[in-house]
Amino acid sequence: MATKIYECIELIGNRIIEQKDFLTDLDREIGDADHGVNMARGFTEVLAQIPQDNENIGEVLKKTGMILLSKVGGASGPLYGTAYMQAGKVCAGKTTLAPEDGNAIFEAVVAGIQKRGKAVKGEKTMLDAIIPAGDAYKAAIESGASAGDALDAACKAAEEGVEYTKTIAATKGRASYLGERSIGHQDPGATSATVTLEAIRDFVKG
Amino acid sequence: MVGIVIVSHSAKVAEGVVELCLQMAAENTHILAAGGMEDGGIGTDAFRIQSAIEEADTGDGVAVLADMGSGIMSAEVAIEMLDDDIKVRIADAPILEGAMGAAVASVTGADLDGVIEAAEEANGVSKLS
Repeated sequence: MATKIYECIELIGNRIIEQKDFLTDLDREIGDADHGVNMARGFTEVLAQIPQDNENIGEVLKKTGMILLSKVGGASGPLYGTAYMQAGKVCAGKTTLAPEDGNAIFEAVVAGIQKRGKAVKGEKTMLDAIIPAGDAYKAAIESGASAGDALDAACKAAEEGVEYTKTIAATKGRASYLGERSIGHQDPGATSATVTLEAIRDFVKG
Repeated sequence: MVGIVIVSHSAKVAEGVVELCLQMAAENTHILAAGGMEDGGIGTDAFRIQSAIEEADTGDGVAVLADMGSGIMSAEVAIEMLDDDIKVRIADAPILEGAMGAAVASVTGADLDGVIEAAEEANGVSKLS
């Protein structure tokens, strides 16, 4: 029987693969039209290569990150690769996760992506979804919410973050060549980050 | 001699830059291309870059010239994965003109810092005056 962490990554991968054309179309508007194709290629490899029977969450996340680094190709490769590897570090040796572990995972993922991409909030990137999601998750957990309800709050914040990316100009990545003309379009990376969070939420809530 | 690795989303771009460098610096047999994906697609692959850096190092270090976006990010990941005993620096320079400067500096015996400096001299050089 497949482990929970395998099933969770399988759900993330399948959602990303399902959204391939949508993500690529978003990237065609303001980038190089490869985000969905690249992410789907990466997760197709992830689903083929990660072990189904390894209960060590840290190891499975690290392996996922390594495959994304190598197989995605675009900027999302080193960014998501770093995110999964940083999450893997937080989960080293763990076979289960408590709701509070989510806070440490969000923190490590945000720090890793910021370091790799040298971006901050407000530059029309995946951080505009992930940072508010992490803040919302933390606030919900601190007020006693379950992991599922906290992930609901995180997804809502991430969706609002995606909407926010429509209102700002890109200053990082390929979209920065468009400058002000990128306003009005939602960021593909913020969108795929939200797809990822929604898959995690749906997995946790069963 | 300082090795040089050219990182591009396109294998053809990386190979083409190496080709032009070798015209000026044929004595440096450690100028290597790390472009594109394993399957021939457009993109960058941190593991391919890591292998190229290891192959390019003769003990004197390696200068990396990369194109935009994930070119730089994948190169940074590759460098983090390397053993600590390889000296590597990424040049903050345009990939082609920077590589030419780096290549010439490498065959004239510059050390890694000198090669990087030569690459970065390409910044702000006017082509029309």
